[in-house]
Amino acid sequence: MIAYDLSPLLLSLKVATISTILVFFTSLILARFMSRHEFFGKSAIDALILLPLVLPPTVIGFGLIVLFGMNGPLGKLLEDLFGIRIVFSWIGAAIASFVVSLPLMYQSVLAAFEKVDPRWENVARTMGVSEWRIFRTITFPLAWSGILAGLILSFARGIGEFGATLMIAGYIPGVTETIPLAIYFAYEAGEMEKAVFWVIVISAVGVTAITWVNYWRKKNACRIGRE
Amino acid sequence: MLKVDFRKQLEQFELHMQFQMGQEVVSIVGSSGSGKTTFLNCIAGIVQPDAGGISLHGTDFYKEGKKPLKIQKRKVGYLFQDYALFPHLSAEQNILYGTSRIDDLEHIRELTKILDISLLLSKYPHQISGGEKQRVALARALAAKPDLLLLDEPFSALDDETRSRCQSELLRIHELWSIPIIFVTHRLDDAQKLANRCIRIEKGRMTEQLQP
Repeated sequence: MIAYDLSPLLLSLKVATISTILVFFTSLILARFMSRHEFFGKSAIDALILLPLVLPPTVIGFGLIVLFGMNGPLGKLLEDLFGIRIVFSWIGAAIASFVVSLPLMYQSVLAAFEKVDPRWENVARTMGVSEWRIFRTITFPLAWSGILAGLILSFARGIGEFGATLMIAGYIPGVTETIPLAIYFAYEAGEMEKAVFWVIVISAVGVTAITWVNYWRKKNACRIGRE
Repeated sequence: MLKVDFRKQLEQFELHMQFQMGQEVVSIVGSSGSGKTTFLNCIAGIVQPDAGGISLHGTDFYKEGKKPLKIQKRKVGYLFQDYALFPHLSAEQNILYGTSRIDDLEHIRELTKILDISLLLSKYPHQISGGEKQRVALARALAAKPDLLLLDEPFSALDDETRSRCQSELLRIHELWSIPIIFVTHRLDDAQKLANRCIRIEKGRMTEQLQP
């Protein structure tokens, strides 16, 4: 059996985990805000958050280069202030994963919040409970099933990100080589066995995640029950 | 003393309520869609009136031109139609939800006895019947020692026997606690049995005050 360098797996897990954590908090804040406020330009902001769903990954990658490239406003700022370079680094890959998975998570969280009966929050308010505690103990636990589905979708999208990652992080073996990039470049180099190996690995990760979510959701539904 | 005099524009008509009450039981009777629940929501602070005022014991809940008092600060117990028990919490957790660790819980022990729910405390809402849910929800509404109790169709989902028992429990609690209670119902017999005063509303207007 041929032994492969497993760094693409470790890097993919690192990139997807970090982007999923960021996406989790960002989506919670955005969905909470958007579900509770009406203001001029709300539809435009909503469209902006969801835009990566319909844009080709190359456009997202291009946008990220414009923003985070060495001459881009954010890229220059980060390099000057903290010495952090985004392009051709794993951080660039994490940002690309974040941008493409944010709309998926945002939609899931928004739908999950909307499913929480507002009467539960209102009855908690009449009991004198603070908004933060209501969110922590009522809204979040009751929306958790939908939030978890969004997390898994986001993780899967993040680990499978290719186009935007290639544009901003490039292909540097051992540094920015995620599993999708490893598959593509193994195929390009005619290394079919290596490509198949990585296809099996990424499929196994996906199947495990989906199976676990389905199991967890069933268990959770039984525990919470229905009023 | 609860003083109510407000207007609220609804989709089909304007809700206009005007009355005062002390430590008594007042029922609001009216058909579906007459504005009964909106009336309770305005008092609780879930919905804000457009004009007028609502005050309890001199504290303004709502006064035209002023910022309304937050729901959390109104000290109003609210039993929602269908009870709205938190489905992921046990009956005990539901009842204790609004209390803190330092609170004296003696009145809650008393409530669980009066309402006969001691054996239900470890159960989840989906494991108990409609009548049991009603009693748990009533205990929860009273657990934070409210200054006013609002009940929205509290007996609508109950069979005759359970209804009668729950009504007796409510009267007993009112006797013991002496807090103003407003309950809305579409059944005149409920109103006549429980209330000191009955107010009929139709399409947002108080049409008459019936003698129970």
